[in-house]
Amino acid sequence: MMRIPCPHCGPRAQSEFIYERTLDSVVPLNAPSQEAMAKLFTRNNPRGVDDEIWRHTYGCRAWMVLTRHRVTNEISGCRAIGPEALP
Amino acid sequence: MSRYSAFSLLRGALTGHRHWQPAWRDPEPKSHYDIIIIGGGGHGLATAYYLAKVHGLKNIAVLEKGWIGGGNTGRNTTIVRSNYRLEPLHNLFEFGLKLWHGLSDELNYNVMFSPRGAMFLGHSDADMVKLAERGDAMRCDGIDADLLTRDQVAKIEPLLDMSRDARFPIQGGLIQRRGGTARHDAVAWGYARGADSLGVDIIQKCEVTGFVRDGDFVVGVETTRGRIGAGRVGICVAGNSGHVAGLAGLKLPIESQTLQAMVTEGVKPMINSVIMSQSLHCYISQSDKGGVVFGGDPDNWPSYAQRGNPMVMEGAVAQGLALVPALSRLRMVRTWSGVTDMSFDGAPIIGETPVRNLFLNGGWCYGGFKATPASGYTYAHTLATGKPHALNAPFALDRFERGATIDETGSGPMPNSR
Ligand SMILES: Cc1cc2nc3c(=O)[nH]c(=O)nc-3n(C[C@H](O)[C@H](O)[C@H](O)COP(=O)(O)OP(=O)(O)OC[C@H]3O[C@@H](n4cnc5c(N)ncnc54)[C@H](O)[C@@H]3O)c2cc1C
Ligand SMILES: [Zn+2]
Repeated sequence: MMRIPCPHCGPRAQSEFIYERTLDSVVPLNAPSQEAMAKLFTRNNPRGVDDEIWRHTYGCRAWMVLTRHRVTNEISGCRAIGPEALP
Repeated sequence: MSRYSAFSLLRGALTGHRHWQPAWRDPEPKSHYDIIIIGGGGHGLATAYYLAKVHGLKNIAVLEKGWIGGGNTGRNTTIVRSNYRLEPLHNLFEFGLKLWHGLSDELNYNVMFSPRGAMFLGHSDADMVKLAERGDAMRCDGIDADLLTRDQVAKIEPLLDMSRDARFPIQGGLIQRRGGTARHDAVAWGYARGADSLGVDIIQKCEVTGFVRDGDFVVGVETTRGRIGAGRVGICVAGNSGHVAGLAGLKLPIESQTLQAMVTEGVKPMINSVIMSQSLHCYISQSDKGGVVFGGDPDNWPSYAQRGNPMVMEGAVAQGLALVPALSRLRMVRTWSGVTDMSFDGAPIIGETPVRNLFLNGGWCYGGFKATPASGYTYAHTLATGKPHALNAPFALDRFERGATIDETGSGPMPNSR
């Protein structure tokens, strides 16, 4: 189990969090259809580091961006996001 | 290749079993193959077997970065069934189920296929309606499905908690009697032995690290054992699909996740069928050795780690104990996990890619073992002819942009909500 450093609550057990999607797959409201399609349906899915959106669902309920290595689970960053940060 | 038989076993016994030979060769890679298959899991080995057997091709290699069958093939809970609701899915899996029923004879290798019945549980009126709908859809295509009453379920599995105040009350079920389990390793080994005897080179400890391109075409692969030229290349790497396709510059509708499974100590027969609950996502069966094998949800976030999270395991165990309380008396002896290739509609992806001569077979999520023979048979057709097989045509990679997804659970493009 990972320990996720919530920017609002500090380090908390992973069981309080839910993974949403990768940061680069948020579909901008005005995206042309090709771009919307690519963001909805494809992922880089790297065997390495990616930026992911997680939510502290059973805690402060805020969204955040977790930078995580997908083989080692090492978390190299966690920052808060608000509506203004999303496209 | 010497044929295995009761007679050869008997003859071997008389000479102290000194007659055993390696079941496949360990060749050095050649400089060029007509067809290269990346990934020596069940699917890759079955593909090679049918390429040689059905299409008569001889110059074929299977490249495996570790040892054959060491991926999801050797890690899965071995449930074999074809009871899917959507037509393209049940047609493909049913073709496979028919092959399963003759597989040990076909390969002259005992894959221990055991059609003991695959049973879904229904926990509510809504569940029973869904099960009836699924059964009807299957029967329309001539596939066996029987709706079961509560009493019929209790008769098949006396150890289920059938009490009215059970944590997950059981109202009935849907059984596919021709479904069951098989021995995972034997499937990889049987196909490997068959393919090898037909001239296929199986090359282990050979990781593909890049593609050799000539314009739009793939003309070979870079590997940890050097560059190897190829006419056509077929990717068949399950959880590593995203990574390997990425080496060719492709971005797939696939996200890799961990799926765990676990097994108890061996006991006398206590689970007669394969018990599954899709409302819970829990499945329980008993291996021929006596261990009770079970699993639950995937770890619902991306991972290539090949090790699971205890939090998810706890959920699976809680469900299993609620359904079969007697399991609480058993010790769990092993847990493990594999990297599954979760696709964006839950269905596999088989066929050509935007790169010429590069083909893809992946996106099997947590359910591709049962498809091994069908996947290999139809992918072999695609690799041999460059064209889709009637059964894998609906699973083309471009279906997502055409709006033709095959979404059995109707949960949309979110692998983490399947
Ligand atoms: C815990 C668990 C339980 C499951 N339960 C079931 C079940 O009950 N029923 C069912 O039908 N399905 C089940 N599945 C799914 C099933 O196991 C898979 O869909 C199926 O086995 C995939 O087979 P494969 O041959 O494609 O993949 P694999 O067996 O994973 O083979 C892929 C191979 O590719 C190799 N490879 C990867 N990258 C490279 C590279 N760059 N170069 C060379 N080789 C490479 C890997 O080492 C691996 O051996 C389960 C999966 C898991 C993890
Ligand atoms: Zn928080």
